[in-house]
Amino acid sequence: MSLGLTIAVPRGALLKDTLDRLDALGLDTSEIRTNDRKLLFGDIGVVTMRPSDVPTYVEAGAADVGITGKDVLTEQPERDIYELLDLGFGRCRMIFATVDGPDPSAEALRRLGVMRVATKYYKTAAAYFEQTGRQAEIVEVKGSVELAPLTGLVEAIVDLTATGTTLRENNLVIREELFVSTARLIANPVSHKLKAAAIDAMLEKLRAP
Amino acid sequence: MTRHLDARTTIHPIPSGTRDVLPDEMRELRDITEAVRGVFELDGYGEVWTPALEYETVLGRGGGAPPAYRVFDDHGEVLALRTDMTVPIARLVATRYPTAEPPLRFCYFAHVYRGVRPHRGQNREFLQAGIELVGSPAPDGTAEALSVLCHALTATGLRGYRIGLGDASLYRTLLRSYGVEDAVGDRLVLALVARDFVALESELARLELDDADAQQLLRVPQIRGGPDVLNDAQGPVAEAVAGLRRVHGLLAPEVADRVIFDLGLARDLGYYTGAVFEVYDPALGAPLGGGGRYDDLLGRFGRPLPAVGFALGIDRLHIALAGEESQT
Repeated sequence: MSLGLTIAVPRGALLKDTLDRLDALGLDTSEIRTNDRKLLFGDIGVVTMRPSDVPTYVEAGAADVGITGKDVLTEQPERDIYELLDLGFGRCRMIFATVDGPDPSAEALRRLGVMRVATKYYKTAAAYFEQTGRQAEIVEVKGSVELAPLTGLVEAIVDLTATGTTLRENNLVIREELFVSTARLIANPVSHKLKAAAIDAMLEKLRAP
Repeated sequence: MTRHLDARTTIHPIPSGTRDVLPDEMRELRDITEAVRGVFELDGYGEVWTPALEYETVLGRGGGAPPAYRVFDDHGEVLALRTDMTVPIARLVATRYPTAEPPLRFCYFAHVYRGVRPHRGQNREFLQAGIELVGSPAPDGTAEALSVLCHALTATGLRGYRIGLGDASLYRTLLRSYGVEDAVGDRLVLALVARDFVALESELARLELDDADAQQLLRVPQIRGGPDVLNDAQGPVAEAVAGLRRVHGLLAPEVADRVIFDLGLARDLGYYTGAVFEVYDPALGAPLGGGGRYDDLLGRFGRPLPAVGFALGIDRLHIALAGEESQT
């Protein structure tokens, strides 16, 4: 069965909790759990993708609703979508970190007037330093962000952390927390009107404890 | 960015968010605009042109979307490319028709310019078709605008469209009735305009309201659907809802059947005062256009008259028509 909606589901860290919630809605997600190559599950109205692609599909209406992290939504603020519900799972923190000991970012700001910050979240980091009145050169990296301050590429990083283990292993300490991210249910603005009954029924079941 | 000039190349760029239209597409666009123009003419709306460039101070008086493109003229005055046609037509009415007996009916087919992220159906330069009905208050003026809108859409051959109808002042009124201060209310309205119900819920949780009141403030803007959903909206929202019912009651059945009430509809232009509406079609993931009442705007130009209007995005309408065609 399906809910009469096309649902964009994130692969990766949010997948398992997302599928558990979809099971509770009465969808049979067993095939998604066992087949990690298949992307499109038409019989239950599910499409799977990278979390950062979910807003793209939902904004365009290729999916009616989707589930993705607040970190992704914060990085794509221009997306024209409804944010309907905080699903609570996938909890992690967007943090500003440097190597342990004297804060090298403060030293860079004091002496050079600008600090270099590596991140995968360019817009999030740029907006945060602008709001807090600090000059920062944002260095966008695609791979392991922790490497950047250890090699002298940057003085600090902005990154997402769940347990903090990777930070500790690399001798990095959290200096500031930008925000807490959890999984969100988002909806296309036209589907939100034209498929109101299906979306509200889904919302109500997801809200139920 | 500077473009490398190479005398041998035939490829010359155009600015981001603009595009060329070639004859095959233009024929289809013409079919759409001619169908819409026919309806506007028949309903008594006279077509106007206004300059694409206006004085920035004149546009600023109207409070529409902020201009994205500005230039200096030969006297050092700041000119801006218009971001909609509603503000230029308000200027036109006050300046060219200072004493004419209302109601006045105008229509336009004009390019407008906004500093948006270009994506499907949204360029930085885009063609709008619309009307402005000046001097006709609610509910009759609103009902007339909705009727013209539906006649125009039907004339293009679009089949699946619906009109979302709400009220721009509804949520603000509701907040005041629960004793929420305007400074706090601004944040809540901002969350609603940003379509962020999670932020709305957490802002409401920070206020010291009864659980039942907070629930109501979260629930009302999510009410949308046929006329029966209005039965749920009692108490403080009843007045705005009664206004929507009056408009709905004036519509012919083929127009009334297209309406979805939407008590959370918040359009992001600052000049709307009462009823607001948006056009949806299942073939496109974004609204095809919208409009509403702007009863204070003409007064800012010295000719206080109630007014209502709408604009349709011709590119979006075209995409939706092509989408409906491919679905059958």
